[in-house]
Amino acid sequence: MTSLSPPTKKIWWREHIEKSELIWITVVVVWGIFLTLMMPLWHVYGEQNLSSEAYRTTPEMYLAKATAVVEKYTIRTEGQLAKPVVKPPVGADIYLVARLWDWWPAFELEVGQSYRLHLSSMDWQHGFSLQPANINVQVLPGYEMVMTVKPNKVGEYAIVCNEYCGIGHHNMLGKIHVVERGDGQ
Amino acid sequence: MNNDAAFRICPDTGLKFHRPAEGLIKANAVAAVVFLLVGGILGLGVGLTRWPEVHLLDANMFYLFLTGHGINLLIFWIIFFEMAVLHFCSSTLLSCRIATPRLGWVAWAMMVTGALLNNYAVLWEGNSSVMMTSYVPMPAGTLFYVGLILFAVGALINCFMFLGTLVIARAERTYEGSIPLVTFGALTACIIAIFTIASGAVILIPTLLWNLGFVSNIDAGVYRLIWWAFGHSSQQINVSAHVAVWYAIAAIVFGARPLSEKVSRFAFLLYIAVLQIASAHHLLVDPGLSSEWKIFNTSYAMYLAVMASMVHGLTVPGSIEAAQRARGYNSGLFEWLRKAPWGNPTFSGMFMSLVGFGVLGGITGVVMGTEQINIIVHNTLYVPGHFHGTVVVGTTLAFMALSFWLVPILFRRELILPRLASWQPYIFGLGMTGVALFLMGAGTLGVPRRHWDILFSSAVDGGYEFSAAALTMLSLNGMSVVLASIGGAAYIVIIVGSLLFGRRLDENEKVGRPMIATPPPDSAYEGIGVGTITIPGTLVMVFVFFAAFVLYYFINWKYLAQTWGLS
Repeated sequence: MTSLSPPTKKIWWREHIEKSELIWITVVVVWGIFLTLMMPLWHVYGEQNLSSEAYRTTPEMYLAKATAVVEKYTIRTEGQLAKPVVKPPVGADIYLVARLWDWWPAFELEVGQSYRLHLSSMDWQHGFSLQPANINVQVLPGYEMVMTVKPNKVGEYAIVCNEYCGIGHHNMLGKIHVVERGDGQ
Repeated sequence: MNNDAAFRICPDTGLKFHRPAEGLIKANAVAAVVFLLVGGILGLGVGLTRWPEVHLLDANMFYLFLTGHGINLLIFWIIFFEMAVLHFCSSTLLSCRIATPRLGWVAWAMMVTGALLNNYAVLWEGNSSVMMTSYVPMPAGTLFYVGLILFAVGALINCFMFLGTLVIARAERTYEGSIPLVTFGALTACIIAIFTIASGAVILIPTLLWNLGFVSNIDAGVYRLIWWAFGHSSQQINVSAHVAVWYAIAAIVFGARPLSEKVSRFAFLLYIAVLQIASAHHLLVDPGLSSEWKIFNTSYAMYLAVMASMVHGLTVPGSIEAAQRARGYNSGLFEWLRKAPWGNPTFSGMFMSLVGFGVLGGITGVVMGTEQINIIVHNTLYVPGHFHGTVVVGTTLAFMALSFWLVPILFRRELILPRLASWQPYIFGLGMTGVALFLMGAGTLGVPRRHWDILFSSAVDGGYEFSAAALTMLSLNGMSVVLASIGGAAYIVIIVGSLLFGRRLDENEKVGRPMIATPPPDSAYEGIGVGTITIPGTLVMVFVFFAAFVLYYFINWKYLAQTWGLS
């Protein structure tokens, strides 16, 4: 009798279980419960949790909101594309536009302060990938996702696109500058 | 009714082949190998382009190759082979005539046509470089969707033929008691396949209508939810199928019996119960989904499917250990493993598949499928690294291992180049292990997947400079791809060469070496092992695995804790 043939004992569900199997099953079940609990626990004790706040939107509505913030808080432009760099007040709602093939605008944020970052796509699906912080979030058209971000290190961060979005995908880049706090803390 | 002329008894194994089923098994297996060749060549192009010093293809070709590579291997190669496995596990293992063989040929023709149409759209028309996932609203050519739908319907017909064959076998009493464990595993795969293909239809048919202009809009989020019920679950067909193949090879090479039927079958049942909700693995950083939903779904309702795989991870090598000990290799912890036939590619391929699937694919899958850890993993090269561990080192290597055994048994041809065959699993397995590890390494350092040029040489405002370590990972990945391609080419040469030029075996001629091991008598199992533990070696191995699992899991939490605060 092997695994290729029907069980010899017809009532196979009453046969004994190997001791090694019982030991391992116990370990596996305990580990499975632990793995499950880690996720809610991280919501309580961890610092990195995505919110589920999101809204239905359209490219026009979203772009209008993003443009309003850009017009209000742009402090300079940078690069050959003269991309606006937006320095919002601490805690403000800021809107990042994902489109073929650009992240618009750039931001200047203060370290240790929180901002409400909105994300939406004007066209196809994109992937927000903040490097080297390595934060990766899916960006969809028609959905406006909101997450509160709190930069923890001063420096220059690149936004790479990590969802394939056509032939210009590998050139789709954005920027976030993280600077010292203005209040001197 | 069963008519003896329609059957052939294999002189080596005693297996009873229904001739029409045999034809279908062969046809599906051959189609599988053809698409493996196509997908493999495309994969080599992808790997050589990711290698920064080589950067072989231009951007257009890279995305085209990547799309074709994914679909040909993840869908066409694997599902064709699974159709062969399904018919073997039903008709052949149950000595039963196959249900509706003519319909089987219709299904086969639909699958071949579908696969060709899809490849025509991707490789020839060149208008469908949308990756395997074809996320809306990025459009592909119409034939891209038509091909996939046709292929899926063909596969669905095969699944119902499998169920029909089980019904016939029961009605005509071709076996006693319960179906064999291997057939039970195949049944699991079949049930998951039906769910999977139905999900594929639910999303791909409206997408086709949208592509043709009959539907105005497909919601991107809903597309992802349903597409992944197809895309992820179809990988779970593979898990069930290759675990069934592991049990089969343990029986073929060692005459192994399950440690206990109950445990192994229950583990398969858990797959059916929860694997389908794994769509969530791909949506952990999508907008608008609640954490409760994500946690329940991503954990397969408390990691039940992970538990099942971990149980198979003990029971498969455990059944081998028990059989080896019953044969007299009973001293110490690992004599049974040392004295295993490491030169037999059917065994070595299967064993590497087992270890690789667990360590490379399993551990990393759990880690990246954790709700919060996914933030530092999503859409990086870590993802393809992970599934090259599961689907290539796991499924593909297991299927390759089985096919070395199937050539003489099914096709009645002697295997050519036996020395190369005994090296093949090591070359391919080592190469793919490198691919999995180095892609995951690069992904951990943030390198995006599906990206033509991480040096950003054509970016207008300058790009981002990934660390030197990340670039080294990609070079090492390129070298591993070359090694794996040599192993893959060796497989194709041996299999295709044997079918064309291998010495033909007469219907009653034996291969001349044992093709299926005589099981040790039940009495030989008495008193094996150390103390009251019958399989101490396997137990030690699974605890080493567990230690690595725990360690790696916490390293990733630590890594997550170092990034920006998110809420």
